[in-house]
Amino acid sequence: MMINRILWIVMLVAGLTAPFFAYPVFVMDLLCFALFACAFNLLLGYVGLLSFGHAAFFGAAAYITGYVIKAWGFPPLLGIVTGAAFSMVLGVAFGYLAIRRQGIYFAMITLALAQIIYFMALQMPFTGGENGLQGIPRGELFGFINLNDSLTMYYFVFAIFLTGFCIIYRTIHSPFGEVLQAIRENEARALSLGYDVDRFKLQAFVISATMAGLAGATKAVVFQFAALTNAHWQTSGEVILMTLVGGLGTVFGPVVGALAVGSLSHELGSFGSWVQVILGTIFVICVLTFRRGIVGELERIFSKR
Amino acid sequence: MFNETHLNLNIKHTLKGIVGAVSLLSLAAAPAFAADGKLSDDKVKIGVLSDMSGVYKSLEGPGAVIAAKMAIEDFGGKVLGKNIEIISADHQNKPDIGASTAREWIDSKQVDMITALDNSSVGLAVQGLASDKKTITMNTGAGTTALTEEQCSKYGIHYVYDTHALPVGTATAIVNNGGKKWFFITADYAFGHSLQDNTSKVVKDLGGEVVGNVNAPLGTNDFSSYLLQAQSSGADVIGLANAGQDTVNAIKQANQFQIVQSGQKLAGMLVFITDIQSMGLDIAQGLQFTTAFVWNQDDEAEKWSREFFKRHGAMPTMVQAGVYSSVSNYLAAVKAAGTDDSDAVRKQLGEMKLNDMFVKNGEILSNGLMLHDMYLVEAKKPGESKEEWDLLNVVSKIPAKDAYIPLAESACALAK
Amino acid sequence: MSTQVIMAQALLGLNVGVFYAMLSLGLAVIFGLLNIINFAHGAMYMLGAFIALIGYSMLEEWFGISMEIGFWPSLIVAPLFVGILGVIIERTMLKRLYELDHIYGLLLTFGITLILQGLFSNYFNVSGTPYPGQPESLSGVLNLGFMYFPTYRLFAIVFSIVVCFATWYVIEHTRLGSRLRAGVENPQLTQAFGLNVPLMITLTFGFGCALAGLAGVLAAPIYSVSPLMGADLIIVVFAVVVIGGMGSIMGAILSGLALGLVEGLTKVIYPPAASTVIFFLMVLVLLFRPAGLFGKEK
Repeated sequence: MMINRILWIVMLVAGLTAPFFAYPVFVMDLLCFALFACAFNLLLGYVGLLSFGHAAFFGAAAYITGYVIKAWGFPPLLGIVTGAAFSMVLGVAFGYLAIRRQGIYFAMITLALAQIIYFMALQMPFTGGENGLQGIPRGELFGFINLNDSLTMYYFVFAIFLTGFCIIYRTIHSPFGEVLQAIRENEARALSLGYDVDRFKLQAFVISATMAGLAGATKAVVFQFAALTNAHWQTSGEVILMTLVGGLGTVFGPVVGALAVGSLSHELGSFGSWVQVILGTIFVICVLTFRRGIVGELERIFSKR
Repeated sequence: MFNETHLNLNIKHTLKGIVGAVSLLSLAAAPAFAADGKLSDDKVKIGVLSDMSGVYKSLEGPGAVIAAKMAIEDFGGKVLGKNIEIISADHQNKPDIGASTAREWIDSKQVDMITALDNSSVGLAVQGLASDKKTITMNTGAGTTALTEEQCSKYGIHYVYDTHALPVGTATAIVNNGGKKWFFITADYAFGHSLQDNTSKVVKDLGGEVVGNVNAPLGTNDFSSYLLQAQSSGADVIGLANAGQDTVNAIKQANQFQIVQSGQKLAGMLVFITDIQSMGLDIAQGLQFTTAFVWNQDDEAEKWSREFFKRHGAMPTMVQAGVYSSVSNYLAAVKAAGTDDSDAVRKQLGEMKLNDMFVKNGEILSNGLMLHDMYLVEAKKPGESKEEWDLLNVVSKIPAKDAYIPLAESACALAK
Repeated sequence: MSTQVIMAQALLGLNVGVFYAMLSLGLAVIFGLLNIINFAHGAMYMLGAFIALIGYSMLEEWFGISMEIGFWPSLIVAPLFVGILGVIIERTMLKRLYELDHIYGLLLTFGITLILQGLFSNYFNVSGTPYPGQPESLSGVLNLGFMYFPTYRLFAIVFSIVVCFATWYVIEHTRLGSRLRAGVENPQLTQAFGLNVPLMITLTFGFGCALAGLAGVLAAPIYSVSPLMGADLIIVVFAVVVIGGMGSIMGAILSGLALGLVEGLTKVIYPPAASTVIFFLMVLVLLFRPAGLFGKEK
């Protein structure tokens, strides 16, 4: 796959040089969303499960990370790992419930479960409710690298992104990943071949939830803030859009999608609610005529040659 | 910005880009303080961060931008020979959005002072962040006393009112009229809780009691079930520790469910003139509340307000008038200090006596509190109103020293 | 806790419940025939309310038509508009997706939701605009003994219940309904008998949307009309649908009403749980009866 090789190089070069072109905090935000979208794509693109509640993992991990760093004095890396681990546990619980139903039921159930997390975030005392969890210190990595410097922080975030991305990449390109794709293509057939389909689905769900958590936890440290927005259903919708625009079931699609959608909403920020109208229109166009997404189309063009 | 064009870069481009970007970055990063006592980046930039689309839109929102523009125009559009610019954004009542907007404004858009900041959660988040980055905030819209108490900061100024000043007038008047037992319907975030705590203190100090409370989310549409809880509590007074559209909805629905007719009194702890206007005097008449400003309180205020009305289509609320005053005085301080360096301007602001159409003899204390008189007002009877916006009678003036927490009792470490 | 308070909160709960019922009914009807979940159902509800609002107070200002569509005509006009929009959406967009995985239908309607929500957020305050057109005849207050209850709210409850049961009756007990059900059971066979199934699908989708629009008009005088009113509601309605199960029309109605009551009573017993109780019930149902209370296990 020629195109994949090119995209790897582009991603690494762009990722390493980005903070010199653009406002670093913004690029870090994009990276967190890119990882989040990759995690989501693992589920929808490779297992065919549409989770409409992924913001729950993203948001919950942000709160947990923020809390352990702020209240218990955890160092940043350990804090992020703790947040991701929490999302993993949450993923087990949600996954166990949601995989009992399929298709659109699965989507509705994940959405409803995510609302529970949202309301808990609103009401539990440690989250600060509407105020959010403010003033999370960035701290020092390994005890001596000061993360308050935006460039240092940037490369730390980029490293986390790459780690998460590689885990997802490995998952997809492993025998496990192939079984997942077999389930997506034809669940009954996978079942008849003797695969424990539910177990595979659950495992994929948990990996996806953990990586979404990793992204959310990192975002909390970047912005020094964990807030309700992260856990809101609109965030779940945004990540679906990113994946769809970039290319469902392609390795790099979600990254490209996150950059495209993220930059677009940022650039159009001053247009207020028109952003929502534009995003909605893109959504509709993607679903109707552009189901392969940007990277999917690129792959098609390259493979034709 | 980082977009697709950067994805197909070649090496030459990259190098050029890096050189360019580094020089840009150094431009952006260097002049946070102007070492030579002049203006940073050759201009003064005011950020108006407000709720442009939600519950608090009508009380601050776009009107605040207009007020800020009027202040800049009246100042002559230039300070120390350089242009004054303005930037505005919607914080959507979400503290994370407010904080990240402020972060970007300060980091890469050269904003020197941020004002408006209605919504206490947003206000606290932005003040904390801006102070870390040595940027002055002049909060006109938020209520919580935490801004100048527990979470006070060197560069944070709280300008128009706070949750300590509001109940001093309103609750005292009501308790003295026999409203001893209180039940609170509270907006469930920093501001609501702070207002409820402060009001409870006033009520209890005067021998009243608080029989219960219920928290309603910000932006609640249907208050009926909360109102019924309040009704069944047997309280004399239902205290509304909320603001803007929430207050309006609660009062209107209380009317629908005949709560007032059944003998309970409603007390809006934070009411704006726009709320009275949208409820109508039929419903609002007799409602007492505390405010920092009434548009027709004197000739100077009225003249300015009528000009504001021409541009905005509504009379100014106290916080919109406060935006005008805060921007004017900030610019005056920049001029007097001869620089927009935050430390120098803050010092200057602390030494000035503030006098304009909004405030008389105001002063900014070391904890950031702007000390000024407040008014207890009452909504007119429909027959008394002479024009559309003639809605309020001033009942009494509350002297600054009674309204606000004395500096000696402040929990702020900077208070001295 | 006095019975008076419980009765009062239960009645308010029922007030919410009728909206759950009308929306989940519409979703169930659409799902029955098209097998898709209409995410835009909440947006249709919002649209209904806005059409009533615009028709009453903005025709002149916006379109220069000096006319006022009152509350009663709105009960017809708004659902009609919303229904037609539904028909257009089905004909021009949804139709292309029937061959694909059903989640694409959900995604498409999600996109439509964003567009509608964004459009109205541009022109209206997100925290709501009051609807001024509540009819004079319903503006009073009734003394029910245990509480004063606004006449309009009682009207909304009764009216919605009547609409729900009328819909149920038409689908379960008339010839039209039996054809519809035949179309659901076996589209090919029904088509072979000479019925126009694609037309039925289109009209059903339009009807489902119209129901949501009607609910929106009814809600307008109670809650302020806001661009987000539908989004907040639709997610709860999804949970209601999962609890009730998609199998039956009656199931959708009853679970909507019942869950409204449950939510209302939770506000008395343990207020902080009021916003999540329905979601927790959904978890329980999933654990013990995954097909839903009224659904059939496939």
